[in-house]
Amino acid sequence: MKIIVCVKQVPDTSGKVAVKPDGTLDRASMQTITNPDDLNAVEAALKLKDETGCEVIVVTMGPPPAEGMLRELLARGADRAVLISAREFGGSDTYATSQIIAAAIDHMGLENDDIVFCGRQAIDGDTAQVGPQIAEKLGLPQVTYAQDIKKDGDSLTIQRALEDGYMTIKVKTPCLITCIKELNEPRYMSVGGIYEAYEKPMEVYDYNLLKDNPLIDVNNIGLAGSPTNILISFTPPQKGAGQMLEGADQATCDKLAGILAEKHII
Amino acid sequence: MNFQLTKEQELVRKMVADFAENEVKPIAAEIDVTEEFPMENVQKLFRYGVMGMNMPKEYGGAGADDVAYAMAVEELAKKCAATAVIVAAHNSLACWPILKFGTEEQKQKYLTKMTSGTIGAFCLTEPEAGTDASAQQTTAVLDGDHYVLNGNKIFITNGGVADVFVVMAMTDPSKGNKGISAFIVESSFPGFSRGKVEDKMGIRASSTTEIIFEDCIVPKENLLGAEGKGFNVAMATLDGGRIGIAAQALGIAQGAQDELVAYVQQRVQFGKPISKFQNTQFQIADMEARICAARWLVYDAAYKKYLSSQGQKISYGKESAMAKLFAAETAMAVTTKVVQLHGGYGYIKEYPVERMMRDAKITEIYEGTSEVQRMVIAKNVIK
Repeated sequence: MKIIVCVKQVPDTSGKVAVKPDGTLDRASMQTITNPDDLNAVEAALKLKDETGCEVIVVTMGPPPAEGMLRELLARGADRAVLISAREFGGSDTYATSQIIAAAIDHMGLENDDIVFCGRQAIDGDTAQVGPQIAEKLGLPQVTYAQDIKKDGDSLTIQRALEDGYMTIKVKTPCLITCIKELNEPRYMSVGGIYEAYEKPMEVYDYNLLKDNPLIDVNNIGLAGSPTNILISFTPPQKGAGQMLEGADQATCDKLAGILAEKHII
Repeated sequence: MNFQLTKEQELVRKMVADFAENEVKPIAAEIDVTEEFPMENVQKLFRYGVMGMNMPKEYGGAGADDVAYAMAVEELAKKCAATAVIVAAHNSLACWPILKFGTEEQKQKYLTKMTSGTIGAFCLTEPEAGTDASAQQTTAVLDGDHYVLNGNKIFITNGGVADVFVVMAMTDPSKGNKGISAFIVESSFPGFSRGKVEDKMGIRASSTTEIIFEDCIVPKENLLGAEGKGFNVAMATLDGGRIGIAAQALGIAQGAQDELVAYVQQRVQFGKPISKFQNTQFQIADMEARICAARWLVYDAAYKKYLSSQGQKISYGKESAMAKLFAAETAMAVTTKVVQLHGGYGYIKEYPVERMMRDAKITEIYEGTSEVQRMVIAKNVIK
């Protein structure tokens, strides 16, 4: 049994966001972190590893510096790391990205008891599309927004979070699950894990390895081949400071009504 | 000459910084007041391999280098100096002498426990043997297959929670220093007990107690190193242990400066943030230079200790004494200035800086006072 966890290095949105002239993110000039939901996906995999002793493989598509993130995930307890990296893959949208990652997973090979975990969505694009698209391309059943996962033989029982409750779904492996932050509390790296992380190999999947995979259409990957085109990106202007009125008397209410009327809200 | 940290060291810093921010900082003020030992966090630090991090993998450790260890203590001390000293005393004063002087059986028996949940402590100080550590009154008398220990140790860090103690005692009082031997004592041995719990000015969540040996039966095989070599064990242990305390002092200073930098940018007086005043800027500049100097002294001592552990013929006694002296006095000077720059807010418990100032003071005293460090340095310079 193995668990493949798809992870993404994203800009730390608590810092300054930089955008290149072509509308894509200028990742080089920004601090990066592991996408928060992906850490919940890694934790879900590591918990199953604690229970079953299965192998956990972390996979990302990104530029060579993404290796640093993968080493951190090895230091948390993952067994193997795969970096999908090639100039031809750069600038891919979700449609292109999911083809490439699906091809990489296909290259690793999925057995009957294997599971693919993804975070719900990345904090940069916020699309929540890549996980479900990978599942579609691999022909896997998928359960999104998992807030609880229990393994029972060859199936998983999953609580799928909804806005006003949850649904319980039983799914057979192999399958793909997307994880939300309510699922678990990610563990830290361990000191021993850190020292072992740099002794483990970094497997790199490049363009030549994946280009002939049937799940990839080489004309539909990279910035040029992606169907999504960004026309303009901009930072929305900050909202002005709010105005607080205090008091429970008639005068305060009249003042509030006056302000709202002035702004044509009432 | 290469001042570049390794990738492993950088990740250890990141990991411990995350842990300190999320787990240590939220309870630091509370446990300072209640004096509650942070057992839950200490057990997590075992789980994440920080407790016993320098021990080799074959004894359950992480095999981390000494610079990474200094950085881990520094990061913890930024948020809570008490948590930092719990880790430093366990690693430097209890695990290390067993690794360095222990037999293979002792290492297998004790280090595997001390990397997986059993806390360690070091017993040297006595009521009449502080800086004059050779004036040991605790005795150990061989009686068949065991030693019988009698005496009191005081100010023992981790004393109330440890289960493995490295203890110095006189096996031959007529020989002075050369009559001291080291022992590994378990809290379960007959005749072992814990005495007075100290009510301290700072590092209040760390456990500091008296340890009492009353006809305490210690198996002969628990002699650590040769009989009569205990003083050497103690001094070598303190040479390394000082790096941990220096790292703690460095962390306290950096933590206080971090608080200050945030404070002066939001505190407005005379219509502008106090960070715009030259007095604030110059004081922060002086602090920064001093903290950075302390950091390199600490890392240099740690690196030399690491090289020594790798078999290189290199001494680090002077370096660890310089690191501790300078970092401790930096911690005291910086925290005092940080409190001053906070004004009245620095004096009240709503802000963490008064705690940091109280915590800083002990770093000038324990594991060798600043005066002892000066003696060690001078002895190494004037030959």
